[in-house]
Amino acid sequence: MIDIKNLVKQFGPFTAVDNISFTVAKGEVLGFLGPNGAGKSTTMKMLCGFLSPTSGSISVMGHDVEANPQAAKTCIGYLPEGAPTYADMTPRGFLDFIADVRGLTGKDRWLRIEKVVDQVNIKDVLDQPIDTLSKGYKRRVGLAQAILHDPPVLVLDEPTDGLDPNQKHEVRQLIQTMARDKAIIISTHILEEVEAVCSRAIIIARGRVVAEGRPDGAAGWRIGDIIAGPGKLDAAFRQITQAAALARAA
Amino acid sequence: MKPMLAVLRRELSGYFATPVAYVFIVVFLFTAGIFTFYLGQFFERGQADLKAFFLFHPWLYLFFLPAIAMRLWAEERKSGTIELLLTLPIPLWAAVLGKFVAAWVFAGIALALTFPLWITVNWLGTPDNGVILAGYVGSFLMAGAYLAIGSCISALTRNQVIAFVISVLICFIFTVSGAPMVLNFFQGWAPGLIVDTIASFSFLGHFNAITDGVIDLRDVIFFLSLIVVWLYANAVVVDFKKAG
Repeated sequence: MIDIKNLVKQFGPFTAVDNISFTVAKGEVLGFLGPNGAGKSTTMKMLCGFLSPTSGSISVMGHDVEANPQAAKTCIGYLPEGAPTYADMTPRGFLDFIADVRGLTGKDRWLRIEKVVDQVNIKDVLDQPIDTLSKGYKRRVGLAQAILHDPPVLVLDEPTDGLDPNQKHEVRQLIQTMARDKAIIISTHILEEVEAVCSRAIIIARGRVVAEGRPDGAAGWRIGDIIAGPGKLDAAFRQITQAAALARAA
Repeated sequence: MKPMLAVLRRELSGYFATPVAYVFIVVFLFTAGIFTFYLGQFFERGQADLKAFFLFHPWLYLFFLPAIAMRLWAEERKSGTIELLLTLPIPLWAAVLGKFVAAWVFAGIALALTFPLWITVNWLGTPDNGVILAGYVGSFLMAGAYLAIGSCISALTRNQVIAFVISVLICFIFTVSGAPMVLNFFQGWAPGLIVDTIASFSFLGHFNAITDGVIDLRDVIFFLSLIVVWLYANAVVVDFKKAG
């Protein structure tokens, strides 16, 4: 459902994304890992049509993001980094705006809004201006916006950042329940999150894919050549990203 | 069309979400009144018309309208919501037009609220209401041109103050290019064609022609094409930033 081929993004002389290729199929939750500045957010921005790639191609549900951005954007729900929302609106007004833009009408519109408000649990603050809400509520309003039109493709940039442990758990459960009939990409720093919700993970460093991993039965995760036992993912992450940094320096 | 209207509605309600809009309108009406009655000598002229009122509109708009337009794109960039806006299935033209029309409607509301002046002249005498209507139409068109400039400049920066200052500067150039002192400066040495070209870009010339009561198609086309050109530039700027 998502097909990225030889993606490159340069900002002047700096190469933020350096020849990345991967695919995500229906039912998969792909964890997108990497140190800060590795190119995770840049890749997601290109996938969602906010930035244009320097070269390479991105296709979402068969629509090329550059050639046919409207069709591609219709299929995507996107939570940008930092979950930006219009601070002067209330969550109700904000979701109304998104529903207008997404072309939801009639009974369906009402049901969808009702459903996502329930899913992300923001009923209590629906009529408060967004800039008076706590960080956790703001992020959940952003999440509600991304899933409002029940998109086949979900792109979530750090969806649980700023949430407390209970809220994290709820959001992870939500992602898992949606995973069955969607293709989902989440970027995160929290490795336990990868173990909790992802069916596959890609580690990128300095714009390149340095390792790919997936769960390996009871043994935990197999990432590249490394097998990480349950809860041992961070050690593997450090080993791989530091090796990549050393290889670059050499 | 639907996404365009959604953007328009959001943007317009954004203006009224804080008391700033109301304060703005009050200050605008107050200033317009001062200009009309003191500088324009509305009563002393002894004529039942709104010439004294319209005369100062270009100068009022020069500062008021960049203040309305400065937030259109700069604020989205600053708060990061631009990433949300541009990844929603909204065609670029719809986002640009929706924002611009919202600002134009807001300016229209402020302009319409000057109606007590119109009532006053009708109460005091028997003015030519056709001329007054032409003045309002011309003023509204001119406001659109100022706002299109402001919207385009707002897309260039994430800082609203910078957007405001640069917009005022460009609007100023478009306003004064027809003023006698500017034209006199060129008249001494530049060929007539250049002087005429500079004069023809002036908001003052086209606006004064309309407030005289003649809505000449050329003046209308001038303002409309200026709006189109600046909004096109606005879309180009937004699209260009995609390349990083």
